[in-house]
Amino acid sequence: MSANTDAVTPVDTRALWGEAMAAARLREASFTTLSGDELQAVYGPADVELDSERDLGWPGQFPFTRGVHASMYRGRLWTMRQFAGFGTARQTNERFKFLLDHGQTGLSVAFDFPTLMGYDSDDAIAAGEVGQVGVAIASLADMETLMDGIPMGEVSTSMTINGPASILLAFYIAAAQKQGVDPSAIRGTLQNDILKEYQAQHAWLVAPEPALRMITDMMAWCSAHAPQWNTISISGYHIREAGSTAAQELAFTLANGMEYVRRGVAAGLDVDAFAPRLSFFFDSHLDFFEEIAKFRAARRIWARKMRYEFGASDPRSWMCRFHTQTAGVSLTAQQPENNIVRTAFEALAAVLGGTQSLHTNSMDETLALPTEKSVKIALRTQQIIAEETEVPHVADPLAGSYFVEAQTARLEAEAEATFAEIESRGGVVPCIEAGYFQREIHRSAYAYQRAVEAGEKRVVGINCYTEEEPDGPPIEVHRIDPRVGEEQTDGLAALRARRDDAAVGRALDAVREACRGTDNLLERFVQAAHAYCPLGEISAVLREEFGHFKEPQIL
Amino acid sequence: MSSAADIVERLKAGERAAVARLISWAENGDPRFGGALGALFERVGRGRRTGITGPPGAGKSTLTNEFTGLSRAAGRTVGILAVDPSSPFSGGALLGDRIRMEERTSDSGVFIRSMASRGSHGGLARAAIDACDVMDAFGFEELLVETVGVGQAEFDVMEAVDTVVVVLCPGAGDGIQAMKAGLLEVADVLVVNKADVAGAERLLTDLEDAVSLRRRAEGAWEPPVVACAAGRGEGVTGVWEAVERHRAWLAVDGHLEARRARLRLAQVRGAVAEGLDGRLWRSGGLDERARALLAAGETPYDVAAELLSAVSAGSVEPEEVSGS
Amino acid sequence: MTERKIRVLVGKPGLDGHDRGAKTVATVLRDHGMEVIYTGLHQTPEMIAEVAAQEDVDVVGLSILSGAHMALFPRVKSELAARGMGEVLLVGGGIIPPEDAEALEAQGYARLFGPGSPTEEIAEWIEARMSERLAGEGGRA
Repeated sequence: MSANTDAVTPVDTRALWGEAMAAARLREASFTTLSGDELQAVYGPADVELDSERDLGWPGQFPFTRGVHASMYRGRLWTMRQFAGFGTARQTNERFKFLLDHGQTGLSVAFDFPTLMGYDSDDAIAAGEVGQVGVAIASLADMETLMDGIPMGEVSTSMTINGPASILLAFYIAAAQKQGVDPSAIRGTLQNDILKEYQAQHAWLVAPEPALRMITDMMAWCSAHAPQWNTISISGYHIREAGSTAAQELAFTLANGMEYVRRGVAAGLDVDAFAPRLSFFFDSHLDFFEEIAKFRAARRIWARKMRYEFGASDPRSWMCRFHTQTAGVSLTAQQPENNIVRTAFEALAAVLGGTQSLHTNSMDETLALPTEKSVKIALRTQQIIAEETEVPHVADPLAGSYFVEAQTARLEAEAEATFAEIESRGGVVPCIEAGYFQREIHRSAYAYQRAVEAGEKRVVGINCYTEEEPDGPPIEVHRIDPRVGEEQTDGLAALRARRDDAAVGRALDAVREACRGTDNLLERFVQAAHAYCPLGEISAVLREEFGHFKEPQIL
Repeated sequence: MSSAADIVERLKAGERAAVARLISWAENGDPRFGGALGALFERVGRGRRTGITGPPGAGKSTLTNEFTGLSRAAGRTVGILAVDPSSPFSGGALLGDRIRMEERTSDSGVFIRSMASRGSHGGLARAAIDACDVMDAFGFEELLVETVGVGQAEFDVMEAVDTVVVVLCPGAGDGIQAMKAGLLEVADVLVVNKADVAGAERLLTDLEDAVSLRRRAEGAWEPPVVACAAGRGEGVTGVWEAVERHRAWLAVDGHLEARRARLRLAQVRGAVAEGLDGRLWRSGGLDERARALLAAGETPYDVAAELLSAVSAGSVEPEEVSGS
Repeated sequence: MTERKIRVLVGKPGLDGHDRGAKTVATVLRDHGMEVIYTGLHQTPEMIAEVAAQEDVDVVGLSILSGAHMALFPRVKSELAARGMGEVLLVGGGIIPPEDAEALEAQGYARLFGPGSPTEEIAEWIEARMSERLAGEGGRA
């Protein structure tokens, strides 16, 4: 001890570090975030301005930076929810049962494009697309088949649909009722985030204003009749996948969330009656620390906005609960097995960021729908994090990291600046109509593509460590039976033949009347579902009554 | 590779791809174009030509689409030329105006052509006139030319039409800006779009004042100022009626003939300028002489004067452009 | 106005709304000096072919991520042919399994660029094919 007397003399290690850095030879690389923002070589106390009680709190406590539950994953692990759906309702039903048998704890339905756009499987515009990227659900009959043998009062189901979301929820409610399950017992989440459809994903049915009315009708109906149903999953995922930066994903998504809250309040609902049923859906990309910071910032911003701006008093209204999916855009068709590794890092970031549920992508998704084997590996990836890494034992383990806290604060500040920008342009809907979000996302996507092609951003298998591709498909490809379209068309024809046309006519008239008046639209959709009105016929009434939305020109 | 005679026959037979190809020839300065247009010229002159211009975001495409709807409802066919600026950096262009008029794609009574400005002096106006002539020869009854009013080249496009509609809206470029940009000088009809937005009333008054203050010759046309909300389809009929009134004015006292004479002169000037430009410079002769004189230490203006007098004296014998 | 420019239609047939790739490629081609007509989303093969004809394009580029590629490329090709546009270069991209891409290329429907293809490669391929073609036509079409 006495030999080490130097240790008591104060030494300015920061200055010494600075000298050493100035003299150091650095690698030829761009030291930036995935979004291209410059990073410091190291972060220290001077980079963080943190009042831990005010800015972090404790898990389960305002402002929830450290997580929405006090016990976090010691109480319950995140829900491992793999998005699935393809072909017919019967085939997807079988895949659901397979996943439930393998330990999956919730269902997640992917729909095909005709369903997502509100067209019946036998519509001419649906040719070639029926059952291709998800399941085709054209009526209550298909929904009954989809949920056949699955107890709807026990399982929690997530449905990824937006434009015609209310109609699909009506099919789900009606199918539950047919199983003898009351709407008050159904649990699950509807994506139902129409704002990001105009911004990024582009599957809308009608113009923004009537679409928002359908959503407030649903919020009103569900808070009265289906209180366990999460009405909107406000989604940054598609915004990110369309090319935004992490900061844009965060800001646009929360701006959309606030818009839904404003609409609910304007429709006369008590904010605490519907806000607890709003949840979020984020992307988890490869920039490990930026992603973790993004999740933490999302919780903090939402809690502050809901409490201080919207005056919510129920703590559940303050909580930003979210589902996460690993980044589909980060996967490469080249050397596809590498995607397992990418997905694992992204999944770990989501868990470190405190997600409530998680979908891990399969390695073959850039080529086609995943095979059963690759879906299983993706699920196993989550199970390895949960069971082997010992990560879930400690809540928000990165809190206090100079770097992570600095990133969290930066993302929050950028989000605030974006909210102000949206406000100055008249709000979310005028920004959609003017193409503001779409243009911003395109710019980021383009900048990223240029950075990859210039070699500034490195992607293994794309611009470094490339290999000659082996002949033939490197991995097995999951194919949809081309007869799916025929089967669906035949099913619809049979349905149209056996249903009560007069009842269908009355139900559609009631929908039309509700469009023109103030009747709750979801209520009318449930009645139409029971009359076996197909999705396309109900959507056609909405398009006629509400008019369509033309994509703004942004290029 | 088709000949001029070929394409003329196909156009006369009602083939729309022939219209498209002829417009490409006009754009590219293809030497076959002159002959083809000559063979069709007796069919030119029946179409009514309306230009729609204004600052970016004023709603030109939406208004053009609405005009198209009105014309179609009246049973008239429509040919549309949508001009967008080329990138000054790459020379390329992103032409996205069609998105606003998407539902017209499946209407066989409507033809839409996008044209990039290609940043050439005067050439754009000539190409726009040519394109209108081609659509006119095919038999389209209403010819609509839409262009953003940002630069001189785009401005000159309005040479191609009989009636110029200038679209403004509150916020995106106010009345003063429009006056500075010279938009008021070319306007036959002034439109305040997005009339439901704050500031529209003020813009309307400003424009009315500006129009009434302008000195005009006896019997000259006084541009009406009309309000509409094209996005909602409101007031568009009123705008179209103003266009019709201008046409009625054109129809008397030789006004239309005067306009068309101006248009033909612009076309000739464009063709001559481009032809000379190509012959003098691209064939290389003048270029070399200029370089040599500059290298010998002469000032740019001395060199220019020397070359001009050489051209006037006929001592420059430009080579024929190959293929013409 | 005397320079021959390569004109390209970039469009999204079918119902899928993932336009990131289409918009990026459209912008890259513009940066390569091409004139790009962007038709936007949810186009039918008939609409795409009709626009291609009216715009007299040299190239049609389609982006398909909906799995409907085997149905859509042949339909676009035949609609183009029906409008006298059989010579147009058809290129595509999206989520297309390699053996489907090979089948479509072998049958002459289109040149397909898989996921991860540099956009520069697409631009250069078009430039190379067009310069061959224009040389064959004595510099003009």
